[in-house]
Amino acid sequence: MSSTINRRDLDFLLYEVLNVEELCERELWSDHDRTSFDAVLDLADQIAEEKFLPLAAQLDEHEPEFDGEKVHILPGVKEAHEAYIEAGFMAAHVSNEDGGMQLPLTVSHAAQAIFSSANISALAYLGLTKSAANMLDVWGSDQLKQKYLPHMRSGRFYGTMCLSEPHAGSNLADIRTRAEPQEDGSYRLYGTKMWISGGEQDISENIVHMVLAKVPGAPAGVKGISLFLVPKYRLDENGNSAERNGVNLVGLNHKMGYRGTTNTLLNFGEKEPCVGYLMGKENEGLKCMFHMMNESRISVGMGAVTLGYAGYMHSLQYAKERPQGRLPGEKDPNSPQVNIIKHADVKRMLLQQKAYVEGGLYLALFCDKLVDDIRTGDAAQQKDLAIFMDLLTPIVKAWPSDYCLKANELAIQVLGGAGYTRDYPVERLYRDNRLNPIHEGTNGIQGMDLLGRKVRMNDGYGYQLLVRYLNETIAEAKNTEPLNEYAQSLEHALQALSATTEHLTSAASEDIKLATANSTVYLNAFGHVVVAWQWLKQALAANRGLAAAQGDDQDFYRGKLAACRYFYRYELPQIHTQLALLDQLDDTCLNMPEASF
Amino acid sequence: MKILVAVKRVIDYNVKVRPKADGSDVDLANVKMAINPFCEIAVEEAVRLKEAGTATEIVAVSIGPKQAQEQIRTALALGADRGIHVETDARMEPLAVAKTLKALIEKESPDLIIMGKQSIDADNNQTGQMLGALTAMPQGTFASEVKVADGKVAVTREVDGGLQTVELNLPAIVTTDLRLNEPRYASLPNIMKAKKKPLDTTTPDELGVSTEARVNLLKVELPPERQAGIKVPDVDTLVDKLKNEAKVI
Repeated sequence: MSSTINRRDLDFLLYEVLNVEELCERELWSDHDRTSFDAVLDLADQIAEEKFLPLAAQLDEHEPEFDGEKVHILPGVKEAHEAYIEAGFMAAHVSNEDGGMQLPLTVSHAAQAIFSSANISALAYLGLTKSAANMLDVWGSDQLKQKYLPHMRSGRFYGTMCLSEPHAGSNLADIRTRAEPQEDGSYRLYGTKMWISGGEQDISENIVHMVLAKVPGAPAGVKGISLFLVPKYRLDENGNSAERNGVNLVGLNHKMGYRGTTNTLLNFGEKEPCVGYLMGKENEGLKCMFHMMNESRISVGMGAVTLGYAGYMHSLQYAKERPQGRLPGEKDPNSPQVNIIKHADVKRMLLQQKAYVEGGLYLALFCDKLVDDIRTGDAAQQKDLAIFMDLLTPIVKAWPSDYCLKANELAIQVLGGAGYTRDYPVERLYRDNRLNPIHEGTNGIQGMDLLGRKVRMNDGYGYQLLVRYLNETIAEAKNTEPLNEYAQSLEHALQALSATTEHLTSAASEDIKLATANSTVYLNAFGHVVVAWQWLKQALAANRGLAAAQGDDQDFYRGKLAACRYFYRYELPQIHTQLALLDQLDDTCLNMPEASF
Repeated sequence: MKILVAVKRVIDYNVKVRPKADGSDVDLANVKMAINPFCEIAVEEAVRLKEAGTATEIVAVSIGPKQAQEQIRTALALGADRGIHVETDARMEPLAVAKTLKALIEKESPDLIIMGKQSIDADNNQTGQMLGALTAMPQGTFASEVKVADGKVAVTREVDGGLQTVELNLPAIVTTDLRLNEPRYASLPNIMKAKKKPLDTTTPDELGVSTEARVNLLKVELPPERQAGIKVPDVDTLVDKLKNEAKVI
């Protein structure tokens, strides 16, 4: 059983709040039922606990090394990967015809969450390979797919994403890697890529890089970017890895966290010729790369949740077992010390973590279910749901990576001095999680995306959907006795957010710089309203469950109601200060002269 | 060669076991259940014999409530070919289990019966031996190695003094010890395939077996909580306490 994610919570969210069993009524997933979903999660629990978790601290301590020729990774990583691959997790989401298990994203992602909470940096290679394989599946020619895809699905070849360059990270418009067309239809690549995770390793037989580059004469900016498949070894006629292609490791980056995942600087075409194959059409590389952006941003949010969750579970266990001090009013020095979980302030720190990580887990699973619904659900609703998903994408990426990182900080605080040492996992979890506000579009970019684009797109239709969905939950909660207090707070918060949103969008048409200057503040407030809404949904389900619950289940549901109460009493009110600042179109940051820093 | 494997539904080994409030039995409400670890080893051994070409069919049997079908599905996902569920809500004692298995053996005529040496819930370690007596089949218990050849099975047994190898004529009964093998993980495709494998159900009544309990369960309670240790000032006090308080010397 996983010690890093509470399986009772995962089951509650999947079956009692999201009702994933309804997906089995759709033709695509009609072979499944709760027993097969449970079996998948049980298997993930088992392999994560036995193969991934025991390796996590060791892998952090012994990060991969480059001896000038080869990269060496702790051998246990390969063993853990083999267990994962042999069990079929690489293709869990793939259709039956292609050898997969044809699972809904919600369930395959829930299984993924169990692995990533156990050891995210060992898992990352596999996640990247899946993404690269999915991309090949959508954009590769039949010939490319035939040659590479089965090997990526079977875990024989791994994959990477090569976007950033030393001078161009967040802004891809300025990349310089060039791809020159050859007579045989292939391309030769020249350039340097930076921050490439899994760019070199000694685990898989071959590495398939997905590389953004520009063809000579292409338009300037993002409209001139194309996507290429570049293997580390070119394949011979029999499909085996043969001749070395000109992709070379320059060096490894030495990171704060995620230390088990190599992060590389790669040169293309520096010494030997570097052959690449076009994916999709020339100049449409960014479209190909971001086709599955919603899913990759959910994945980053989910990764952040799982690290926060693991820290919460660890600090909770510690607080239950660590005796220290006596309660206020206890004056007898001979009385036994209490376990620290009895102290009100420790409870506060645990409840805050619980509210963040369980709220974040639901947010990520909710978005996964949206993706499943967009794919298979009621045709009349699909368009609405797709617009709503676009609106939530910056939230599901940024909110968990901000607040579940805060949860990691609180976990360290619960352990006190012990938490600050490397003898306990909570500092590692914090370091691992510190990546998530940075990659896959920094949270600053997510704020700009939300306020500058998403709330304004389609004449604000996405935002109108948000209002509609929230009001449905508010109406339900108003009629549910212990929850009507929260329904009112949420209604009030939503009205305030709507007023600010309207104010900012109209201000944007006059002065876009001023209107978006505080978009990160807007992102936080918006995220809190969304998560408050989702906590209310969790509370409604917990309230239903509580009616017939006994024993542990009663405690579980009461815990959900308490975390919801915490979120509404301690967290949600904070948005009103933030919205007031936004309403004033505050220019403190915008107009700060550089010279005055 | 046909192999019959018995699998039992028990509390997952990770779960901390608690008695019911009234002390009448172990509390199973909302507790994670799993296949008994020794039975999992039995399934793995059968699957290996099939992979080696020695066995042709593996039948997994479980006796227990409706939900015991989950454990049969697990065995099917690990590689068993079909399942038989003997449905009963009775508290099955080893003798009743052995009689039920005997009835199934008469129907199925397996060449080899592999089962766990004991289940981690009741820890009786009796069923295999009782089944041997009831069927007059030879038995090799506590197996750490199993080799089938020429109508015989050589079983290496883990005994107190070391290892003992016995050779049994088939059909025979083998009970597994922990070191026999390391069970594989089920794979996701096999979990899906297992859903489509045949699973027959029957009852002890239909098999003509009585499930009547022969042992009265009086009470289930937790062992006394361990007290904190103390420091003793000298050896004399220690000896005194060992003699008079702990009464161990």
